[in-house]
Amino acid sequence: MYPSRFRYEAPRSLDEAVSLLREGGDDAKVLAGGQSLVPLMKLRFASPELIVDINNLPGLDYEKQDADGTIRIGALRRHASLERSELLKSRQPVMAAAAPLIADPIVRNRGTLVGSLCHADPQGDWASVVTALGGQVVAFGPGGRRTIPITGFVSGPFQNALAPDEIAIEAVIPAPKGTPAGGYLKLERRVGDFATVGVAVALEMSGGTVIRAGIALTGVGGSTISAGEAAQALTGGPLSAQSIAQAADLAAGAANPRTDHRGSAEYKRHMVKTFVARILSRADGGATVAERAA
Amino acid sequence: MTSQAVDEIKIGGLGASRKRVEDDRFIRGKGNYTDDITLPGMLHMEILRSPLAHARIKSIDTSRAWEIPGVHLVLTGEMMATRNLAWMPTLSYDTQAVLATDKVRFQGQEVACVIADDPYIAKDACEAIDVEYEPLPVIVNPMQALAEGAPVIRDDKENQPDNVVFNWEVGDKAGTDAAFAQADVVSRLALHYPRSHPSPIECCGSIADFNRATSKLTVYMTTQAPHIIRAAVALVAELPEQMIRIISPDIGGGFGNKVPVYPGYVCSILASILLERPVKWIEDKSGNLISTGFARDIYLDGEMALRKDGKILAVRMHTESDHGAFFSDAQPSKFKIGLMHSAFAAYDIPHAHLTARGTYTNKAPGGVAYRCSFRVTEAMFFQERMVQSAATDLGMDQAEFRRMNFVKDDDFPHRTPFGFLTDSGQYAKCLDVGLKAIDYENFRARQAEARKRGKLLGLGISTMTEPLGAGNSREYDILGIKMFDSADLKVHMTGKALLRTGARGQGQGHETTWAQIVAHELGIPAQDVVVEEGDTDTAPFGMGTYASRSTPVAGAAVAMVSRKIRAKARRLAAHLLEVSEEDVEWELGRFYVRSAPDRGVTIQECAMAAYSNMPDGMEPGLENTAYYDPPNLTWPFAVYIVTVEVDPQTGVWDVLSMVAVDDCGVRINPMIVEGQIMGGLTEAYAMASMQFITFDAEGNCVGSNYMDYLLPTAWETPGFELHSEVVTPCPHHPIGAKGIGECAAVGGPAAFVNAVIDALDGMGVRNIDMPLLPDRVWEAITYRRDVSGAPPVRSDD
Ligand SMILES: Cc1cc2nc3c(=O)[nH]c(=O)nc-3n(C[C@H](O)[C@H](O)[C@H](O)COP(=O)(O)OP(=O)(O)OC[C@H]3O[C@@H](n4cnc5c(N)ncnc54)[C@H](O)[C@@H]3O)c2cc1C
Repeated sequence: MYPSRFRYEAPRSLDEAVSLLREGGDDAKVLAGGQSLVPLMKLRFASPELIVDINNLPGLDYEKQDADGTIRIGALRRHASLERSELLKSRQPVMAAAAPLIADPIVRNRGTLVGSLCHADPQGDWASVVTALGGQVVAFGPGGRRTIPITGFVSGPFQNALAPDEIAIEAVIPAPKGTPAGGYLKLERRVGDFATVGVAVALEMSGGTVIRAGIALTGVGGSTISAGEAAQALTGGPLSAQSIAQAADLAAGAANPRTDHRGSAEYKRHMVKTFVARILSRADGGATVAERAA
Repeated sequence: MTSQAVDEIKIGGLGASRKRVEDDRFIRGKGNYTDDITLPGMLHMEILRSPLAHARIKSIDTSRAWEIPGVHLVLTGEMMATRNLAWMPTLSYDTQAVLATDKVRFQGQEVACVIADDPYIAKDACEAIDVEYEPLPVIVNPMQALAEGAPVIRDDKENQPDNVVFNWEVGDKAGTDAAFAQADVVSRLALHYPRSHPSPIECCGSIADFNRATSKLTVYMTTQAPHIIRAAVALVAELPEQMIRIISPDIGGGFGNKVPVYPGYVCSILASILLERPVKWIEDKSGNLISTGFARDIYLDGEMALRKDGKILAVRMHTESDHGAFFSDAQPSKFKIGLMHSAFAAYDIPHAHLTARGTYTNKAPGGVAYRCSFRVTEAMFFQERMVQSAATDLGMDQAEFRRMNFVKDDDFPHRTPFGFLTDSGQYAKCLDVGLKAIDYENFRARQAEARKRGKLLGLGISTMTEPLGAGNSREYDILGIKMFDSADLKVHMTGKALLRTGARGQGQGHETTWAQIVAHELGIPAQDVVVEEGDTDTAPFGMGTYASRSTPVAGAAVAMVSRKIRAKARRLAAHLLEVSEEDVEWELGRFYVRSAPDRGVTIQECAMAAYSNMPDGMEPGLENTAYYDPPNLTWPFAVYIVTVEVDPQTGVWDVLSMVAVDDCGVRINPMIVEGQIMGGLTEAYAMASMQFITFDAEGNCVGSNYMDYLLPTAWETPGFELHSEVVTPCPHHPIGAKGIGECAAVGGPAAFVNAVIDALDGMGVRNIDMPLLPDRVWEAITYRRDVSGAPPVRSDD
């Protein structure tokens, strides 16, 4: 691979990293796992003049739980660690279940969840999962820290709400108030493929009643889609054939897919509906499903 | 045989599943590929490619590129033209642009080259070349190419008023028409076999090293056929042939992609001649996928005349092949559409007629590569899809319909419907083995029962017989060079040996199996035989490795040269044993006196004598060369059977089981043969399920990288059950072997497709074009209709 010429810096502190970014302005890019940025540079779709490699920054490789149950995932936490995380398995099973569906083992060893959110690829899996869970991103910049809800953080296709001199340092997943259930279903053409269609459903159940629901869609629009109305249709009642069908229809309506070599818009919308219904019909009783259909 | 004969399996002879000797260096990362080679003073070349599929070049301004420090040369078509190298001949008697002068004719076409100190600089300089294009209407399929008023893509050629490359026909039209008039039932099928790509992991590349002092040009390059390249360079570049040395080092896969001559090779050679320094060109993945020899992309349409009882009376076929912008099929036959007319070779069909038309389109040129023996893949695919449709139309059992129409074991030699001569096979027996393995007897009941539970099960059968081993020199040549092959064996005085052939392995395991043939013929342990290929200064002239021809042709030459050596060794043995030659008997590894079997000499002792104790008047040494011109092609046969389950809600289908019964004659190294079959089945599954290169209406290539051109991983690839119990030796090959490299990739795809179509039985779906992506299967189920995959790819606009 022969990218354009660039300057490479690997700072050892957050402050140093931020001041380098400030120096570089729009021509600077953060490098985390490199699994999205490096391919873009290889193809010269991206030609940043300055690369600020954050892999040497201390204290960003973690997933941890606050006393109130909030989960925090550091900017250098890799997909592979999340795939094996006992904490996620017990507290946020939808995340644990989705992790192995991302890319392939080689990519998962390097790629980061926070990097994936920053990259804001409409076909990225994490943005949907974190959206369904109602998560946030913590940014660090010259002015200190600020917390941005995920729906505002992903501001468009391959666009995020960070200023050029800000670094995303962690993702935050609020503590569930009920029993978590739901799942992630992904239609891909082959392992390592991005989603043709992905559906994330995050429910919190209490005594058979859905007390919170989040549904988000991958690959069926210009960016990650939060299917708010579909989630709304589930909240406050039990999962019934009727509410499932209604949520599935609403989610399909929220999708805005394009016809391309992966399939027609009609098919993709149909798949959203099918996936939402499949997850929900198995979620009763607190089950988490995650599967690749390929 | 005496008790002193060597044990063939122990010495790694015929039938030994010897581990591949080349793997040691490959696994350790110690292979020596073109890109591993670094020469002193070497420069690097990068290619600027066209972003547009069809456009007139208004101007090319290279001035900014020349200014970049580290740039040594910027080549354009205009400069190539001054040396008569802007265009080059193709192996199919057409011409192909090396660097575009007048127009670009496909996306990815080579427009300019930069040679610089390193590839980064070369790439930067490519970006600094300003090309002004005037876009032209784009053609992405034969229908558009043939439409009234379509722009003429090859306006560079005289006498080319349209986009037709050729019209060709074969068979017996009158007889076929008459048979159709008699038919009880006529079954019809039309389909598109999508464009795919051989996609070797190692892309193409070359290092040209012209030495002004010696006038010698050495080219290290990724080629499956170094001697042909030498001849081509001699003819095109008008260099004396003895001053050209082509070295094909380790090759990271070829699958036919590395047979043609590509512009990158030519430019690196010219650059080295101009700069008098070594010039390295290493193609990147996208360059490989968008510009080099693709495969298939052909529309097949045919019908079958049937008698009520199931007898096939005749077949009619028409093909529309999309050749891209240049007719550069690298196929050596005299037939315009390659070996397409090998279709239906395994069936006893009295009459057949095929018409074929080729068209130019605004897509990359090529068309026959990818493990397919020059369109046998398409022929067999159509054959087995057509056979399934016919059986369905007749309401007959798939297996029975095939069995009743197969050529019978005692009908050989058999003239095929289109005129080939097949010589051996046990077709029904292979089918029986396959049906038993898949539990055919109970499958239909299982299928019906599953239907009741809303599950769609399907079973698909495919058979293939492939004309392999091009070829006999009457019908096969490349630019007039006959399709023989060669082997050169030097037995050293210690009984160790060096074998060279005119073939060039790219992963097939030649270094292992050739030594096994020598072991079989001479009793020299395989480990004592070193195999070298790929250097035109040392290897005997040969036509290279592709089309499953190495074992049928070069492998035969290895056996023949070993026999020449054995004949001389026999004379040496007679001398050592002090008896006449007629009294000497051979057993593996040893000559002995017929009347006194304990008195013998080993082949190694004969070798020593050839250098130290030869009889008076005998030429010293134990070396020889054999050229082998095969009397016919070899005809392996196979049956592949697949069962699948289709999810009607999503269109996703899973393979439940797959059985492969391959009869490739005598197996030299059974493990390597099985590896070839598994690789071929994996590629077959890929083609059926996910792999294709398509284009949008503007001619943009969809499938220009590995995120969109999909190679299956171990995760998706189904398990295969392989059967080797049917063995019909090739009657004319010295050791009875037939080709195997391509069989599974050729015959496999139809088994998968037939299985999915079978699962949809009763839904009115006759065809879904490959790849059977879930959306296509879903569409077929939902709308009860056939689904086409022809480009341009569907879009919202
Ligand atoms: C073959 C392959 C297959 C893949 N398949 C999938 C898939 O199926 N599903 C999926 O979701 N993803 C897939 N990916 C993408 C992968 O998940 C990436 O790892 C992820 O999108 C980006 O994370 P990263 O750490 O590698 O980020 P990088 O590549 O390092 O960066 C990506 C972008 O985010 C910015 N960035 C990264 N971290 C930060 C930060 N902390 N602060 C500010 N900006 C930052 C970078 O500047 C860059 O613009 C695939 C990638 C490959 C190569």
